[in-house]
Amino acid sequence: MNKKSLAYPYVIWAGIFIIVPLLLIVYFSFFVDGQFTFQNYTKFMEDYYIKAMGKSISLAFISTTICLLLAYPLAMVLNGKDISNRGVILLLIILPMWMNSLLRTYAWANLLENNGVINNVLAALNLPTVKFLYGDGGVIFGMVYNFFPFMVLPIYNALAKIDKGLIEAAYDLGANDITTFRKVILPLSMPGVVTGIIMVFMPALTTFLITRLLGGGKVMLIGNIIEEQFTRTGDLGFGSAVSMILMIIVLITLAFMSRKGTLDEEGGLF
Amino acid sequence: MKKLTKRILSAGLVGMMTLAMAGCGNSAPNGQVVVYNWGEFIDPQVNKMFTQETGIKVVYSEYANNEEMYAKVEPGNVSYDVIFPSDYMVEKMINKGILEKLDFSKIPNYENIDVRFENLPYDPNNEYSIPYMWGTVGIVYNKKMVSEPVDSWDILWDSKYKDQILMYDSERDSLMVALKKLGYSMNTRDEKQLEEAKNLLIEQAPLVLSYVGDEGKNKMVNEEAVFMVSYAGDAMIMLSENPDLEFVIPKEGSNFYVDTMVMPKNATNKDNAYAYMNFLCRPDIAAMNAKEIGYSTPISAAREQLDDEIKNNPVAYPSEEVTNADNMEMFNDPSDVIGTYSSIWTQVKASNN
Amino acid sequence: MIKFIKRFYVALILLIMYAPVAVLMVFSFNDSKLPIWKGFTFKWYENLANDMSIQQSFVYTIIIAVVSSLIATAIGTLAAMGIHQMKGYKRNLMLNITYIPLLSPDIVIGISLMMLFNVLHIPFGLPTLIISHITFSTPYVILSIMPKLKQMNFNVYEAALDLGATPWYAFRKVILPEIMPGVIAGLFIAFTLSIDDFVVSFFNTGAGVDTLPIKIYAMARKGLTQQLMPFQQLCL
Repeated sequence: MNKKSLAYPYVIWAGIFIIVPLLLIVYFSFFVDGQFTFQNYTKFMEDYYIKAMGKSISLAFISTTICLLLAYPLAMVLNGKDISNRGVILLLIILPMWMNSLLRTYAWANLLENNGVINNVLAALNLPTVKFLYGDGGVIFGMVYNFFPFMVLPIYNALAKIDKGLIEAAYDLGANDITTFRKVILPLSMPGVVTGIIMVFMPALTTFLITRLLGGGKVMLIGNIIEEQFTRTGDLGFGSAVSMILMIIVLITLAFMSRKGTLDEEGGLF
Repeated sequence: MKKLTKRILSAGLVGMMTLAMAGCGNSAPNGQVVVYNWGEFIDPQVNKMFTQETGIKVVYSEYANNEEMYAKVEPGNVSYDVIFPSDYMVEKMINKGILEKLDFSKIPNYENIDVRFENLPYDPNNEYSIPYMWGTVGIVYNKKMVSEPVDSWDILWDSKYKDQILMYDSERDSLMVALKKLGYSMNTRDEKQLEEAKNLLIEQAPLVLSYVGDEGKNKMVNEEAVFMVSYAGDAMIMLSENPDLEFVIPKEGSNFYVDTMVMPKNATNKDNAYAYMNFLCRPDIAAMNAKEIGYSTPISAAREQLDDEIKNNPVAYPSEEVTNADNMEMFNDPSDVIGTYSSIWTQVKASNN
Repeated sequence: MIKFIKRFYVALILLIMYAPVAVLMVFSFNDSKLPIWKGFTFKWYENLANDMSIQQSFVYTIIIAVVSSLIATAIGTLAAMGIHQMKGYKRNLMLNITYIPLLSPDIVIGISLMMLFNVLHIPFGLPTLIISHITFSTPYVILSIMPKLKQMNFNVYEAALDLGATPWYAFRKVILPEIMPGVIAGLFIAFTLSIDDFVVSFFNTGAGVDTLPIKIYAMARKGLTQQLMPFQQLCL
């Protein structure tokens, strides 16, 4: 039995439902009424589209950074010996990943409204109320909140895999906490960090939902522009072109982040 | 191990069977009618009553705006039987040739529709569409939070109300507001006028709390903002839930719209579609819908059945004088400016980037 | 002291993660549409229980998740074994293709499949939803099985064949037990991805076939806060 043939159903499936659709996007982005053209791409060169792209990248970058800064210490604490029942805590952190992300985001939108629960509590305590929603702040918050577990998990796994002997050896050789962290722990946890960054940056870069629910319609990201082309304007060509540009940015980021191997079969994902 | 394989296999079988059943789930004796309507645009009870009376199952789904509906309907690989486009969208769909000419002999209840809703510009010979609901666009405001009289679109540009204004997240409605404020026709194709309107909207952007869809209703009721550009039908709902709210049609004029029922050419259950449309034109049913969703019915006999404070309410039922005023307009087929509209809207929304 | 800070930090993060869930749980019993406590009620839960369209969307969600995750697991398990046997450029090509749905934005998968169905004139509905869910979940299945295959010793399989086992028997008795954890994990991931998916479904759903996330989105867009709250509890 030729065992390679086992993959054939998938090869056919991938051909029809992965490759052909991608080729369709490429086709629609270059052909308008059967004519080859760059017009869909030149249209994107308008400053407001570029600005929206810049905004997407910067918001995704900020959220990823916040996630990383919050998640790394948490992963370290969870790996340390000062925390009992760490399994339960880990489970609690992962649990929301299995809950409907729409609901969770919407729950926050509800709490954060100008006249929402949190501001009502603040007002009752005679504290000044805060405008959380309707802008970049709300969107960044939504991204961090939604994607945080995807950052914690790979870093935790990477830290857990570090041979404790190496850390002890570093101390024995006279390294202090900071040096040990810088020279041993951080480099060895890097694959987890990279996976985490990818897992947060990518969905943050391409979301249209979080902006829709928490941005008050005032934040225009690249995902929203694509969605709008397909659900409102009906401009398939331009929508495809923006999708292509987005894909290219994603690929560049990936190539940059994961020079080699981190996302390989044994990446910290599972 | 064997057990597990067996279990997975049987689970698969069960799944497939459920799938097959769902696929041909015409359990109703007289087939089905596939309806595609706006969100919250019918009394859910009505669909149940229709099935009870006719034995026709209603397969019902919802859309958020005309364009979303058009994107699903236009490629033609989903066949809907009854759709509810607004006036300008009817015109566009007629122009694209995707609507079926209706056989009015199969819709006897059509005679209930008031004469003033016949032969409107989007369907000049009354061949393709049946008016379902109608209304105007205006400003809903919270009178507790405003001291001055509200009678003009200008107030939405008053920097005193920064972060107190909700605009519709729709390029057409927002451009309508700006163009009317400037004293132009909202159907203008003049690039200079559109440019002026765009700049006006960009100027307004920092004052706007949020560009909202249907969720704006709750925000107004919840006193999250002071002003909202709103359809009269939605205003009726808001006013009934928060007595401090008022609705006004600004003096510069506004949009007078009709939402209709149509049948696309590729409808597969045409007779059932006629039965459904006929059912919705029955005065008692039209009254139920009007009551539930707050929009105004074009059937006088249905209006008579509503509560006094609704049927005589100038918000829901402005006089013909108001709707026929020169500065009240209907949108026409926007196909030729849709690209311009969309780029204007992106610029407005990206202006605070 | 440091121990305290560490514990405090963990507690704080858990608090932020679960605060809205807790508050919403309380407010799902609130007898008012506004976030002001008016009284205790079960009416939002009753509404939910009485809403046929929500029940229907729940059924659809389950059907789609079960069918798509089973098919994805079947295709994916076979594919993982096949790809494992491949060498050189073929193997790399297949692996790279497998990464495409994993790494491309949801929205791109959604619209590209939508365009495919439009071009081929496949009517939107349950089949298109199942196809699209299989498409984005199969790669996860493959990638969760591949490492297990890498760890196992294929000589045992060869030995079984030499001892007269049929390939199917040898597969069941030798390979399957080894890769079972990966298969189960893959099935689990495929199922959850399908249940939770909104974006791809949004672009590929048809007349009357709403999944729960689509329904929730429609309700959230309308600002139907109260009607949504019971969901939150049920989904926990």
